[in-house]
Amino acid sequence: MSVFKFAAKNTLRHPLRTGLTILGLAIAIVSFTVIQTSIDAWHAGAEASSPDRLVTRHAVSLVFSMPVAYADRIAKIEGVKQVAVSCWFGGIYVDKSNFFANFAVSHNNFFDLYPELVVPPEQMEQFKSERNAVIVGRKLADRFGWKIGDQVQLAGTIYPGTWDFVIRGIYTGAKATTDEGQWFQRWDLVDEQLRQTMPGRAGNVSTLFIQIHDPTRSAEICKTIDDQFANSAAETKTETEEAFQLSFVEMGKSIIVGLEIISYLVIGIILLVLANTMAMTTRERVSEYAVLKTLGFTSFHVAGLIFGESLFLALCGGVLGVALAFPVNSLVAIPMSNFFPVFHVSTMTITWGLVFAFVVGLVAGLFPASKAIRTPIVDGLRIID
Amino acid sequence: MAQPFVTIQNVRKSYWRESLEIPVLRNISFDIPTGEFLALMGPSGSGKTTILNLLAGIDRPSEGSIKIGDVEVSRLGEADLSRWRSLHVGFIFQFYNLMPVLTAFENVELPLLLTKLSKAERKKQVETALSIVGLEDRIHHYPNQLSGGQEQRVAIARAIVTDPDLLLADEPTGDLDRVSAESVMDLLSRLNKEYKKTIVMVTHDPRAAEKANVIRHLEKGELENGNNR
Repeated sequence: MSVFKFAAKNTLRHPLRTGLTILGLAIAIVSFTVIQTSIDAWHAGAEASSPDRLVTRHAVSLVFSMPVAYADRIAKIEGVKQVAVSCWFGGIYVDKSNFFANFAVSHNNFFDLYPELVVPPEQMEQFKSERNAVIVGRKLADRFGWKIGDQVQLAGTIYPGTWDFVIRGIYTGAKATTDEGQWFQRWDLVDEQLRQTMPGRAGNVSTLFIQIHDPTRSAEICKTIDDQFANSAAETKTETEEAFQLSFVEMGKSIIVGLEIISYLVIGIILLVLANTMAMTTRERVSEYAVLKTLGFTSFHVAGLIFGESLFLALCGGVLGVALAFPVNSLVAIPMSNFFPVFHVSTMTITWGLVFAFVVGLVAGLFPASKAIRTPIVDGLRIID
Repeated sequence: MAQPFVTIQNVRKSYWRESLEIPVLRNISFDIPTGEFLALMGPSGSGKTTILNLLAGIDRPSEGSIKIGDVEVSRLGEADLSRWRSLHVGFIFQFYNLMPVLTAFENVELPLLLTKLSKAERKKQVETALSIVGLEDRIHHYPNQLSGGQEQRVAIARAIVTDPDLLLADEPTGDLDRVSAESVMDLLSRLNKEYKKTIVMVTHDPRAAEKANVIRHLEKGELENGNNR
């Protein structure tokens, strides 16, 4: 027998209590990962952004547009590699509940700015040659059962009318965190339609996406772009893609802060659960610790047994929680997919889950260990008598 | 007379309840020669168990000194005391105090985990100790699968497994029926005679005390016939 075997036998002395404690810890760790993954999903857009991409929009608000001619002028600025159009289209497929993000983009270069959206070359050719062609993400296609060649109709909201499209491409994400739930149609189709129905709105875009050669010059190029359109009818606001995405995250900041607080409260609750178990356990064993000390075990040994048990329980709960986190988060992702297309448990979340489990194990053992160390042997033995 | 193995000199022990001092031992001095089997008797509260605790180094005297072998036990620090106890003292409790989650073998092996013995050496020593107490056929039994007498014999095996010089027994027959008590006392007597263990036993039972070479009576924290030094 080793001291570890003795500690393990002690831990399994009350299998039901031990099992329930581990299960409680596991559920708390799963809850922690679900909340943290939700927070990560909120930041997914910003996380997926590239440092070599900038976004230019109207200085007042996203709802105002600016002339598409700005694209050519921006493209001539030193340090700019290329400029693509991307406008929120806001079309509805059959019913409002079928929400997904749909954009009208410049067909000739938008996907060059987004190498993480992987489109087979022949499908890209189709997209470039057919005005009502659409490229959709793999998850979006799966969600509605779309295949290449399917005809899909969207009802316009920002751009009124009924719009007919043909699925000509299905992109996949280069990374697990790439959003595969988006729809990209051609901006020239939208513009052509507007020239016929609402000429006053034609030739305008809501956002321009800019690729630059050197990400370290992003601040300088942003300023150059905005200076160029200062005092014009449509002044611009240019920022990095990350800052642009974070401006959407900011809108839900109070919710995110709330979620963060809840996730740490969950950790606090598991600390109390384990501390309670350890307090009960050590209270029951005061006399046994006194006997061990009488046999020659030091206070350090006794503290080691208590911490060992506490850490063992915490880490069992942590590992079980982490193992359950993946299937549980996959289940949670299904109803959330409309709002959080990227719902992926990150390595950081798993690491923090295990770190918190370890810290909880350590802290939960502190008070019982200190009590066991401080209790004189004769007092411990007297409990038997 | 044999060399004094234990020397207790002018030992006083008091407990404090708030500001009230409760004297338990008053100026106790006596020697225990090597190989003696001493029975300490006396009414409850007379200080018998306190003397045993002081000898085991699990409690400290308020005044005076206790020397066991060459070691001034009352002056050792906590860590040294634990180490000394693991090597030189075997303690037998009234209620056996076996670990319920460990088998007889594992309970006896427990003090050996503090030594540097190999697994094979530990096994050999545990088997020897269990055979001395006549329980070699119960090694895989848990305490709740043993009778009270068997549990106490496992506890005695645990006390002797490190081959200590001094065995301290606190009412070892107090929780046993007459037959089991007799068997435990025969075992202690054998350990004293055959294995030359110095034994100090606290008991209320005159029958158990008869097995000892020397009986000392305590009354209100004092030795009844005065100190022997």
